Amino acid sequence: MSKVVVVDYGMGNLRSVAKAIEHVAPTAEVRVSSAAAEIMAADRVVVPGQGAMPDCMRELAARGLRDAVVRAAAEQPFLGICVGLQMLFGHAEEGNVMGLDILPGRVPRFPEAAMAAADGSRLKVPHMGWNQVHQAEAHPLWDGIADDARFYFVHSYYVEPQDPEVIAGSTHYGIPFTSAIARANIFAVQFHPEKSAQAGLRLLGNFMRWNP
Amino acid sequence: MLAKRIIPCLDVNAGRVVKGVNFVELRDAGDPVEIAKRYDDQGADEITFLDITASSDDRDIILHIVEAVASQVFIPLTVGGGVRQVDDVRRLLNAGADKVSMNTAAVNNPQLVADASARVGAQCIVVAVDAKQTSPGRWEVFTHGGRKNAGLDAIEWARRVESLGAGEILLTSMDRDGTRVGFDLALTRAVADAVGIPVIASGGVGNLQHLADGVTQGRADAVLAASIFHYGEFTVRQAKEYMRERGIEVRL
Repeated sequence: MSKVVVVDYGMGNLRSVAKAIEHVAPTAEVRVSSAAAEIMAADRVVVPGQGAMPDCMRELAARGLRDAVVRAAAEQPFLGICVGLQMLFGHAEEGNVMGLDILPGRVPRFPEAAMAAADGSRLKVPHMGWNQVHQAEAHPLWDGIADDARFYFVHSYYVEPQDPEVIAGSTHYGIPFTSAIARANIFAVQFHPEKSAQAGLRLLGNFMRWNP
Repeated sequence: MLAKRIIPCLDVNAGRVVKGVNFVELRDAGDPVEIAKRYDDQGADEITFLDITASSDDRDIILHIVEAVASQVFIPLTVGGGVRQVDDVRRLLNAGADKVSMNTAAVNNPQLVADASARVGAQCIVVAVDAKQTSPGRWEVFTHGGRKNAGLDAIEWARRVESLGAGEILLTSMDRDGTRVGFDLALTRAVADAVGIPVIASGGVGNLQHLADGVTQGRADAVLAASIFHYGEFTVRQAKEYMRERGIEVRL
């Protein structure tokens, strides 16, 4: 039986992520955990995250989970969600903090000047709601999901990877931005698959079957 | 492109979905979990629960409902009604809500918006603004389900809650709520243009044209309706098809 750990560092709606995984993988053991040993022993690791990046980085360190997450990102099938994506990168504009710096790149805020729709109305920040994800490449986690399918987003910052090779999906909101990345055992998304109805559940199911 | 959202709203009283007409007469409309699943199947973009339970003894029922819905419905859930302190926000989020909406408590204690936002993030905090027109071009904020004038200009209040850390505004016209004659489009447009956070238009929807108008003329980011969906007049899917035919970006 596959054991998946949803990393609990006090930030975000962990119950929703766990419930959605239980829904798509009823035989899997789904644990919400803040124990480093349990994270390192898991078959798969999910790092969600909501709220401000500085708080997330602080809580991760305060709970002694930084090393476990870094190791998971190096070795285990790893799914990052929202801030769980952003923290993989380097400098974050939000709070002027460093992420885990596993992937080169930065995390800027949507630029005020670009936030206008075609009709002149203002594009609101946070970027909140259902937007399309263009798949940059075939990937096992996109299996059965139509290109340009809609997922649920809620965020004000986005990742800007230095290496275009890691881009697995992109989205347009005022500007084009990277909404999914993939490298080896890592897949991470800006949107919330646990809140994205059928497309999101499919992605979580794909993750549970993925053998990178 | 980002889709405009359609949000069915469920008024919940002691564990059952009801819909008031002008906030007075309550009619029973069914089981919250069943109704939420039906809306999810129809393609609802989010679901909002408004807890109108009066008795404090029954306050925790909403937590059980949120838990039950969140384990079966995988779209965003917003819950409002009776939120008084940061701890209420935490409990609702822990039960599975994605966003928590507050109205009276925010007016009485604006610091609550700032405190809750700092604690759980702006993306989880919705301020519900219930507005009534008091003179041409002026709307004032009401609390206690539309019974009490807070003496605040609705547009100024919307800007204020944005600066306090609200992530979204749920704007209800108390003049239109329950009337089925359409949104107050001037109010919606004025607030949507005044703030940089998303605005949900609410109050007065009687047909699908009203929903489209809320987006095109009111410039709302999302539209909320209750009765047109509850009694099976229209499905959420029909509403989306209608809006798409009029050139509005929707998730179908």
